[in-house]
Amino acid sequence: MSDREIKNVFVQGAISAEFIARSIVKHQSKNQIGAHNIFLGQVRADVVDEKTVKAIEYTAYQEMANRKFHEIREAAFEKFDLTCMHIYHSLGLVKAGEICLFVFVSSPRRKTIFEALEFVVEEIKAKVPVFGKEIFEDSTHQWKVNT
Amino acid sequence: MELKIKYFGLLAEVTGCEEESIFFSGNSISELLETLYTSYSGLKDKDFQVAQNMELVSPEDKITNTNIVLLPPFAGG
Repeated sequence: MSDREIKNVFVQGAISAEFIARSIVKHQSKNQIGAHNIFLGQVRADVVDEKTVKAIEYTAYQEMANRKFHEIREAAFEKFDLTCMHIYHSLGLVKAGEICLFVFVSSPRRKTIFEALEFVVEEIKAKVPVFGKEIFEDSTHQWKVNT
Repeated sequence: MELKIKYFGLLAEVTGCEEESIFFSGNSISELLETLYTSYSGLKDKDFQVAQNMELVSPEDKITNTNIVLLPPFAGG
């Protein structure tokens, strides 16, 4: 068993480029790392029946979601030789073009991080109870479903 | 027993509430769903999963917790 605690992955609103940049800077003192890989999920301005998505409002069953994020994290550390890993997901309103998911994996070697990042992102999409209300420009909405 | 039922996303729109307490005398998740369908017929044709103790459960599973959560399709990322 790992002694890592269940962390809160959620942040209110969009994840800023500055926040992501600061995360990269924080890792520059970890000299055993040789490769980072970053996934940024961005809200897409989908067009449905001639209406364009202007934002997604995220909600989550937060307690279960944080537990699932933790399990995915533990599985990734078990499966891959990772030095560290960070996940942040938005709650609330995120406009089209803004970032709603930030996954950051680091390892001594590059091959590991390509596989690890894909594993983590796909697991998040499939297993974490996060819900997205796609809001159109005319203020109507539909509910997003991961495909 | 008294159960606390939570609804997320689209399901909360169908039921008109995010949370409610109901008195329930059955045993399984499927029996509970039948009860909920009686109150909210709109739930029947919706795609959703049920969580208990923060894990997904099947209709045939027994109810072991007084908190039951109905989850619409996931849309993280």
